[in-house]
Amino acid sequence: MNKELSRQERADALGGMGCKRKRVEDARFTQGKGNYVDDIKLPGMLFGDFVRSPYAHARIKSINTDAAMALDGVVAVLTAADLAPLGLHWMPTLAGDKQMVLADGKVLFQGQEVAYVVAKDRYIAADAVELVEVEYEELEVIIDPFASLKSDVVLREDLVAEDGSLPDGAHGPRKHHNHIFTWEVGDKETTEQVIGEAEVVAEDMFYYHRTHPCPLETCGCVASMDKVNGKLTLYGTFQAPHAIRTVVSLISGIEEHNIRVISPDIGGGFGNKVGAYPGYVCSVVASIVTGVPVKWVEDRMENLMTTAFARDYWMKGKIAATKEGKITGLWCHTTADHGGFDACADPTKFPAGFMNICTGSYDIPVAYLAVDGVYTNKAPGGVSYRCSFRVTEAVYFIERMIEVLAIELNMDPAELRRINFIKKEQFPYQSALGWEYDSGDYHTAWDKALEAVDYKGLRAEQAQRVEDFKAGKTRSLMGIGLTFFTEIVGAGPVKNCDILGLGMFDSCEIRIHPTGSAIARLGTISQGQGHATTFAQILATEIGLPADSITIEEGDTDTAPYGLGTYGSRSTPVAGAATAMAGRKIRAKAQMIAAYLLEVHDDDVEFDVDRFVVKGAPEKFKTMKEIAFAAYNQAIPGIEPGLEAVSYYDPPNMTYPFGAYVCVMDIDVDTGVTDIRRFYALDDCGTRINPMIIEGQIHGGLTEALAVALGQEIAYDDMGNVKTGTLMDFFLPTAWEVPNYETDHTVTPSPHHPIGAKGVGESPHVGGVPCFSNAVNDAFKAFGLRHTHMPHDHWRIWQTANKLGLHG
Amino acid sequence: MIPAAFEYHRPKDMAGVLAVLVEHGDEARVLAGGHSLIPMMKLRMADVPHLIDLQDVDGLSGITVDGGRIRIGAMTTQSDIIGHAALAEAAPIMREASLQIADPQVRYMGTVGGNVANGDPGNDMPGLMQCLDATFILVGPDGEREVQARDFYEAAYMTDREDDEVLVAVAFDAPSGGYAYEKQKRKIGDYATAAAAVLLVKDGDTCSSASIAMTNLSDTPVWSEAAGDALVGTSVDAAAIDAAVAAMLGDIDPTQDNRGPIEFKRHAAAMILRRAIARAWDRA
Repeated sequence: MNKELSRQERADALGGMGCKRKRVEDARFTQGKGNYVDDIKLPGMLFGDFVRSPYAHARIKSINTDAAMALDGVVAVLTAADLAPLGLHWMPTLAGDKQMVLADGKVLFQGQEVAYVVAKDRYIAADAVELVEVEYEELEVIIDPFASLKSDVVLREDLVAEDGSLPDGAHGPRKHHNHIFTWEVGDKETTEQVIGEAEVVAEDMFYYHRTHPCPLETCGCVASMDKVNGKLTLYGTFQAPHAIRTVVSLISGIEEHNIRVISPDIGGGFGNKVGAYPGYVCSVVASIVTGVPVKWVEDRMENLMTTAFARDYWMKGKIAATKEGKITGLWCHTTADHGGFDACADPTKFPAGFMNICTGSYDIPVAYLAVDGVYTNKAPGGVSYRCSFRVTEAVYFIERMIEVLAIELNMDPAELRRINFIKKEQFPYQSALGWEYDSGDYHTAWDKALEAVDYKGLRAEQAQRVEDFKAGKTRSLMGIGLTFFTEIVGAGPVKNCDILGLGMFDSCEIRIHPTGSAIARLGTISQGQGHATTFAQILATEIGLPADSITIEEGDTDTAPYGLGTYGSRSTPVAGAATAMAGRKIRAKAQMIAAYLLEVHDDDVEFDVDRFVVKGAPEKFKTMKEIAFAAYNQAIPGIEPGLEAVSYYDPPNMTYPFGAYVCVMDIDVDTGVTDIRRFYALDDCGTRINPMIIEGQIHGGLTEALAVALGQEIAYDDMGNVKTGTLMDFFLPTAWEVPNYETDHTVTPSPHHPIGAKGVGESPHVGGVPCFSNAVNDAFKAFGLRHTHMPHDHWRIWQTANKLGLHG
Repeated sequence: MIPAAFEYHRPKDMAGVLAVLVEHGDEARVLAGGHSLIPMMKLRMADVPHLIDLQDVDGLSGITVDGGRIRIGAMTTQSDIIGHAALAEAAPIMREASLQIADPQVRYMGTVGGNVANGDPGNDMPGLMQCLDATFILVGPDGEREVQARDFYEAAYMTDREDDEVLVAVAFDAPSGGYAYEKQKRKIGDYATAAAAVLLVKDGDTCSSASIAMTNLSDTPVWSEAAGDALVGTSVDAAAIDAAVAAMLGDIDPTQDNRGPIEFKRHAAAMILRRAIARAWDRA
């Protein structure tokens, strides 16, 4: 008989929660053996490609498809006129608006889909696109949301009644024909009164520029209609395959059981692949019409120019405090540029997402937030780029507001944060804008971060640098960026979170096989997050079978239980909880089986890592592997054969990860070139499932934060032309631009989550953006700068220095 | 991002290349590393019905350092330049500049010939060749001819090369003295916001010769004779550098783009030149 393993050795053998298990996905990804949408090749498959508008705002006078149709190999050219009889020339958006699938009389942004060419290969399709003749009549272009609200130009004639009145939008009354909604939260009257009577008020406008998630794999799909059995299979880059199935069913009228949506391997999403795009609808229609599969895959320019953007918020803020720095109230008005259609991906009741987390990590007694959504001639979208719904905007707002208040108070911004943090004993904490923060220990994390970087030493060094600069000894300035963020993730409780009426629960179904291995299927879909690795770790700990013996499968709506998908750091908080709960159902049944096998009462056995033991007699036990076999070969009175469970988890609350970041940056005042000398990131995501994957997520999120803060943008000229439509101009950092990140952590478990985990994929982005930006702003603080807008690329930094008179 | 259909030619010798060029005129283009031409074709900004791949043509690559004369074949890659010990010894500015072109993957494919012949004002080699006073060797149906780099560029993508000619090599004298190639860019792989190539010869404490060229600050590379002249005969002191910078600013004509407004580009050009002069003088 083998030597009996210790308890710890048995736990280690499972590869469960807390260990740095290597990613099981990487064997295929690192060998180029992933299976992405564009790898799918079906017999007879045709290819779709779009004719897109070169204009940002124009009426369409005519479309002539004759020359394109005459090209050998072209099968069809669809226009809005072809889709109209099917009612498919428009489609609903996730935000309760509707969007043209193909231009219906006019176009509202550059790159808008005008016609859809279907051809035998993608080369012929591209040639045919050139042959479609579209006659446009240019209209006045509106790029600025403030100008839009004053303009006589009506962008959306479909939203104005015949008598000229404005019907309510999806979120209530509209003030102007280019206005989408007003969303108000909090106590306006008291907040304004507090600000009016405050000892100190800081006020500023913060523009969070328009950018784009830019996953390495662009969006695409393969639609395959089987006319014999009436079943539609839709492969696609979908972050929410089940929701897509329901939407396709509602739009097309095909019964949901006849639709199978499959998300294969996905090369990054970051919010870009949450929404439904015209390419999906056109491909489905084309497959129905032709009876053969149709593939559509965007190129990079199409992805950057037309599929969902992120941010584009103008945030005006006022913050009130006592002379000692105690914050007494916060006011924010945001003008949100949504482009030509409101296609934001937010829970239905939250037209500006969770922007009302903008009181941040601070105990602010009263607050008020209003958001006005506005139409302009830009691409639709408004997705949560590596963040929960609009949380990056909210955290950027409060973390810049705090810095501006510190200037107003002439107070150290680290100290200002400290005296306003929500205290550990205040959790669960009710925020002034309606959230219940689950848990936190902000002071401990802050002290740890400041000590790790020698904050006082950095400030002394910075003061010396300023002296040297003024004395002409250096042309370099030093910025210290601070950020303390609180995220709100894990959407969410069905009582207040739904998308198109679908509650934002998630699910897990587990089948234990007779030999003690298992498959678990979830309603989420990994886009690189490593779900196959981490969810198996949760289960290994919960059910006592090795992680290596557990297959995790996601993304096929015919096999996986219904779920709302992966975005907003919701997979671990929601599907991870469902996984733990389903595991516990397995364990409960296993306990009964073990008791039967050990011939004791159910209550006399207890779970011990990988087995059930008789209480007080640990030598009497049945391993989970033995129990699994018994479930399939023993007739146990009162217990059904088999060992399976399914759990649908409706979270009682959101989770609130937090973190403390410090960035040390040197800035060449003459060229505007920045050098990030140090970046320290302390994250508290509650219980840590796989520290290696957490670290990877933090590195990735910080890198995307660096990108956004220092140069990444979707910029338009006055004519509505996209100026950053290729990766030459759209900044994606490489290893060369990325500093060495120092990661650290504290652990404050979520009290309401079954395993205490909070989610981590987006924290570094949410916290990183204001941290990089604060470093740039901080560098110029000694010379009178209050605030300068992102992105902090070379010329804008140079311009800031120039305005401050630093170029002599 | 799919090019229009084109005919692909892969001749074995220069006669074969010229035959296609003569037959098709401006409908034909030669392909070297392809890092400029192929993206242009994929964007359908370049219409090239006949593409002539040069990779099977013998004698177009290689570096020779013969006495004080250097000759680099058109198909020589930037990676080849970086790795060539004798060239690094004879003209270290070539290596310093090549290391700042694009990224390693591009440099394995990108060639000297393509870089200088395409006439893209963003490319680094044209300015460098002007700084070195290089000679370009072109072959056409009427045989070989030489053009000075300083006379080659007419406007963006417009050069002295005839449609039926192929640039086969560049040649220049090994420079003496101090050198620097200074480049500001937004990220690895980017074209210059501003770049300066500087060669200075020091005689005692005095600058006896100076050559200065700037990249991506006009629709052609800019060899600023006046900027160089401002340094010659001086000790490259603050006043001389100011004069050189002022002269250079008189010769460039940058446009606004995503790298910034004109005012910033002029400022960056001045800073980059100052740094390049300082480094070159330090090495002289």
